[in-house]
Amino acid sequence: MSPITLAKIAIRALLRNRMRTFLSVLGIVIGVAAVITMVAMGEGSKKSIKEQMTAMGTNAIIIMPNQSRRGGVQMESSEMLEEADLIAIRENATYIDGVSPMVTVGGQAIVGNNNSPTSLSGVSADYLKIRNYEIADGVMFDDVTDRMAKVCVIGQTVVKNLFPDVEPIGKTIRYKSIPLKVIGTLKAKGSGDFGQDQDDVIFTPYQTVMKRFSATTNIRQIYANSIGEGYAQKATEEIMGILKERRSWTKPTDPFRVFTQEEMIQMVTSTSDLLSLVLTAIAGISLFVGGIGIMNIMYVSVTERTKEIGLRMAIGARGRDILLQFLFESVIISLLGGAIGIALGIAASETVKLAMNWPMSVSVTSVIVSFGVCFATGVFFGWYPARKASRLDPIEALRYE
Amino acid sequence: MGDSPILSIQNLCRDFKMGDQVVHALRGVSFDVHQGEFVTIMGTSGSGKSTMLNILGCMDKPTSGHYVLDGEHTEKLSRDALARIRGRKIGFVFQSYNLLSRTTAIENVELPLLYNSGISATERRRRALEALDMVGLTERKDHLPSQLSGGQQQRVAIARALVNDPVIILADEATGNLDTRTSYEIMMIFQELHRQGKTIAFVTHEPDIATFSERTITLRDGLVKKDETIEMQDARAAFEALPPPETYEEDG
Repeated sequence: MSPITLAKIAIRALLRNRMRTFLSVLGIVIGVAAVITMVAMGEGSKKSIKEQMTAMGTNAIIIMPNQSRRGGVQMESSEMLEEADLIAIRENATYIDGVSPMVTVGGQAIVGNNNSPTSLSGVSADYLKIRNYEIADGVMFDDVTDRMAKVCVIGQTVVKNLFPDVEPIGKTIRYKSIPLKVIGTLKAKGSGDFGQDQDDVIFTPYQTVMKRFSATTNIRQIYANSIGEGYAQKATEEIMGILKERRSWTKPTDPFRVFTQEEMIQMVTSTSDLLSLVLTAIAGISLFVGGIGIMNIMYVSVTERTKEIGLRMAIGARGRDILLQFLFESVIISLLGGAIGIALGIAASETVKLAMNWPMSVSVTSVIVSFGVCFATGVFFGWYPARKASRLDPIEALRYE
Repeated sequence: MGDSPILSIQNLCRDFKMGDQVVHALRGVSFDVHQGEFVTIMGTSGSGKSTMLNILGCMDKPTSGHYVLDGEHTEKLSRDALARIRGRKIGFVFQSYNLLSRTTAIENVELPLLYNSGISATERRRRALEALDMVGLTERKDHLPSQLSGGQQQRVAIARALVNDPVIILADEATGNLDTRTSYEIMMIFQELHRQGKTIAFVTHEPDIATFSERTITLRDGLVKKDETIEMQDARAAFEALPPPETYEEDG
């Protein structure tokens, strides 16, 4: 019998019991929609983390003190980073394309009646390159000529907060009573989905922060940029070498922690991977339950149509024909459920994305895999009822009332 | 083929195990049916005629003995091969019609051809219409079984049995659910098929129905008790001799 004929017979049989078919399909729809949505959620969060990391700078490396703590108590005084380290890295590292310290001060920036609760970041000029910032207007300060200068470059959120109506370049903002002249503004970067507003920044020369605000010689973090994507590891080793050499370091433990972009992405995504795995597994269970629903309904259908099966066999149907007839029914139920479920899952993902501003990303793979799983579900759960039908004895089946 | 029989059974036995008891339903039945014969198989319940019919219809296999249908030794065939014979060489007519509900008359008639991949959809439709025309139900082709009377349903079933141009038509108490008048109408159709040269084996327990055939085989306790050629009565004449239909209730 041709597949088209089989499909016609199956569809007709399914239409005869619309409500029953609808409910079996619904079981699959819910399962598939759940899988698609959950995977979209997991993929979306992963993608958004990656995007954020990329926005931070693809080749960024972060160096910070290695604090060994036990039970919240610092066990040994940790090595601190200082300006000399920065200079050593800048002058000696060959796999580094840019390097900048990061020292911050919390507080409020004030202009007249306007204020902006933005922390002040002390950086060097390379920081823009490392973090993919771009100057919109004005200029970036210079590491040499503007060393300790009372100047700043501000992000668009700060512009909005402090200078809603006027051109900010050349104006002065007050930070902890210290006036800082705005010499440049940054292009908007937008907000990351999980991070804070990346345009809510005020940059000033790091020496300005260290000398005028926090009166310290310690640098909490140093950002660096490797020269290319494959060089992160080499750059890390090189930096560590330079830092150890400066200190004549002999202890087995490293004095600093160096994170590459890749490591940070892995760190964050591994958690999100686990979460999406759990969510997908739960959704998968509901698909499994839907499959059991199909099996149940197919058993009922086979029993109900025993006489029909007997007749078909009496007029020439082979066991195989009967098997295929019922298998087609279950596969049609599951594929129909799969198709609707995929549509519903995509719709649900888009709705969540729009309504709740969650990062959702429906992957083509999940759609294809879901459809494949549906087909397999139909065959798997339809197989036993169909086989039962195909093995009926025509005489017994015809006698069945 | 000449005079070689279309159907030949020799020393056919069929035993059933009922718990630890063995029931001998058939104890060695032999007869031949030739091309174009109209045979009735008679017998009371328990005589073995249902078992006989199941074997003739290739739905059951004998415990021992031989059954040759149209040159094929069926006792050696597999399940699938038997299904193929049922689909190509046998036309069944059942007591309870066995039409698929919620399926139109024409689609019911087409059903056996669905299992013959050599026949196209258009050919299927053409042959089904032809078969329906033979039983006089062309204008009812799109009706559902529930919209047809018992006699009409049985005529659809006969059309279904004809559609694959079988070598033999097997009828199992085909008039059992019908009143006398409708039964005679059905027998008229069978006699017409007989005139066209069809081979028919008709199982019944009603002696008056048997008189419309040309040969009666009577089974009793699993053996052939009588096998006689009789003078065939004309079903049309018998039908016309019946009291007028007003005195009968509408058949359902």
